[in-house]
Amino acid sequence: MRLRVFIARDAGAVAVGADDVASKLEQASAKRGVPIEIVRTGSRGLYWLEPMVEVATPKGRLAFGPVSVTDVASVLEAILADGPHAIRLGIAEEIPWLKRQTRLTFARCGVIDPRSLADYRAHEGYRGLEHALTLTSDGILADVTASGLRGRGGAGFPTGIKWKTVAQTSAEQKYIVCNADEGDSGTFADRMIMEGDPFVVIEGMTIAGIAVGATKGYIYIRSEYPHAVEAMNAAITAARRGGHLGSRICGSRHSFDLEVRVGAGAYVCGEETSLLESLEGRRGIVRAKPPLPAHHGLFGKPTVINNVLSFAAIPFILAGGAKTYADFGTGRSRGTMPIQLAGNVKYGGLFETAFGMTLGELVDDVGGGSLTGRPVRAVQVGGPLGAYFPRALFDTPFDYEAFAARDGLIGHGGIVVFDDTVDMAKQARFAMEFCAIESCGKCTPCRIGSTRGAETIDKIRAGERVGENIALVEDLCNTMKFGSLCALGGFTPYPVMSALKHFREDFGPAPTRLQAAE
Amino acid sequence: MTVYESWDAARGAEIIAEHAQLEGATLVILHALQEAFGYVPEPAIPMIASALNLSRAEVHGTFTFYHDFRHKPAGRHVLKLCRAEACQAAGGAALAARAESKLGVSLGNTTPDDRVTLEPIYCLGLCATAPSAMFDGRLVGRLDEARIDALVAEAQR
Repeated sequence: MRLRVFIARDAGAVAVGADDVASKLEQASAKRGVPIEIVRTGSRGLYWLEPMVEVATPKGRLAFGPVSVTDVASVLEAILADGPHAIRLGIAEEIPWLKRQTRLTFARCGVIDPRSLADYRAHEGYRGLEHALTLTSDGILADVTASGLRGRGGAGFPTGIKWKTVAQTSAEQKYIVCNADEGDSGTFADRMIMEGDPFVVIEGMTIAGIAVGATKGYIYIRSEYPHAVEAMNAAITAARRGGHLGSRICGSRHSFDLEVRVGAGAYVCGEETSLLESLEGRRGIVRAKPPLPAHHGLFGKPTVINNVLSFAAIPFILAGGAKTYADFGTGRSRGTMPIQLAGNVKYGGLFETAFGMTLGELVDDVGGGSLTGRPVRAVQVGGPLGAYFPRALFDTPFDYEAFAARDGLIGHGGIVVFDDTVDMAKQARFAMEFCAIESCGKCTPCRIGSTRGAETIDKIRAGERVGENIALVEDLCNTMKFGSLCALGGFTPYPVMSALKHFREDFGPAPTRLQAAE
Repeated sequence: MTVYESWDAARGAEIIAEHAQLEGATLVILHALQEAFGYVPEPAIPMIASALNLSRAEVHGTFTFYHDFRHKPAGRHVLKLCRAEACQAAGGAALAARAESKLGVSLGNTTPDDRVTLEPIYCLGLCATAPSAMFDGRLVGRLDEARIDALVAEAQR
């Protein structure tokens, strides 16, 4: 009997020992005289169970996790004897946390070999492109519009309208740019899909190229993601070799090629115009809009710039799934959102589900509360520029409008959980400090305001004229919100103001609450 | 630890020429130089400017904007600790303070013996296995005191 085993090569799994488990398993099976094939997949996103080891059985993939190096020998015995084991999880797809998800974008992530074009094709890959090649540009745009897809980077702009704007321009060169500068803490969906199913991103970008008449695309990946860079480059090479990138793709009259570019540690480059500046080789200074990138984007040419998850949603939509996609969700938030549960959370990972679950269900039920076991006091939704939500607002449904109505944003879908030891004045200060570190410096409210904000919060924490200084911070936030050119300065007030509004008791000298909690 | 070449103008020119034809090549070249030499040597700046038909000021501006590019070589080992929110929520601040006190340097600095550079990093995307770190390019998640101590010991060897 030859064992076929699946272990993630995802950075999150590798960081907790997946490589060591894989090599140990190889040794153990050699010693045992059992032939074995280890396929390195992406992660299923059940990070508290990583490193997960799955073995192919007639009933499906049997999972074990979290597997440590010392567990490997006994796990191997349990596999061979089909016997019990303390960390035997049953068939992977039947694990409740995975089963209750709606995996449209992440259907293949954790399942296939991300380096294998053949594996991608065997799991419905490139069906979307094949269908797109039978359509006119208008036909593709109609599908994207009908799906109701909105930009998954955070702004939520309708993807169909963005593409149509570029399609309607006339230029000898247009570009497709994928924003893979996933800098928000608490988010890792872009990283996971690039590492676990890179071809889906390539396919989505290729379809965009055909739809708007662009022949060249760039994927701008942050330098903190070396594994994703490697995975995307390997997939691009494989796609080119397979005739899915390059001239006359899949025998059609269309040409499209891709190049990976690596960022250099600037958070602001996740802002689309700053990213374009960076791609052009300059300082990542934000551009004023208009002109929109759709008219005047990369190198001054019409450019579609979308987040990784937006492109990754496209192949499903184009493979006849536009209506199915739109049938999921609520209100104007259609489809599914890969939600990322992070920080001090018991069951952390990626949970793709239709819009509409409440924040409380996501944090308490799906996430299982805090890892430390202490009460959850606050969650930050949408990255460093997202608002902090108290338990009182846990009835907020996860959709763009519901969060906006409560002075928050869903951003890129990250939820960072904090327990009751958190000092919210410190978190508010960090928001200002982070903005000061990362500000591109173009506009004054962001460049100066963030530094003054951090200083003023320091005064509040030191107990210096607390009331007056809180009023000053609120006024400053107002200036930053309405006077900044981009979301960095404009949204830094969200975490600050939400902390002030919902956790006012933390603002003042030496919070007594912490001592009370001990 | 990574072994780097020492600066050599001819080798620098070769690296620059290798990428000069790309659209918007500046960042690509800065990355390539840093990969070869461990930092971006000052004499390379005018060389890039001349190869790309840019002003020295433009290249200098790009070079100095980004956190990644080093103006001088780092220590023999580089330990980056994530200081962003998800890692803060999971106790990252106390672990960073522990590393600082064990190494005797604050974040953003190199030990006097040039053995270790300790740096903050804002998110490695390992937020569900926080707190996390990168040690000489190797990722480490679920950090606790024992793991931090082991990394510090490895860095000091």
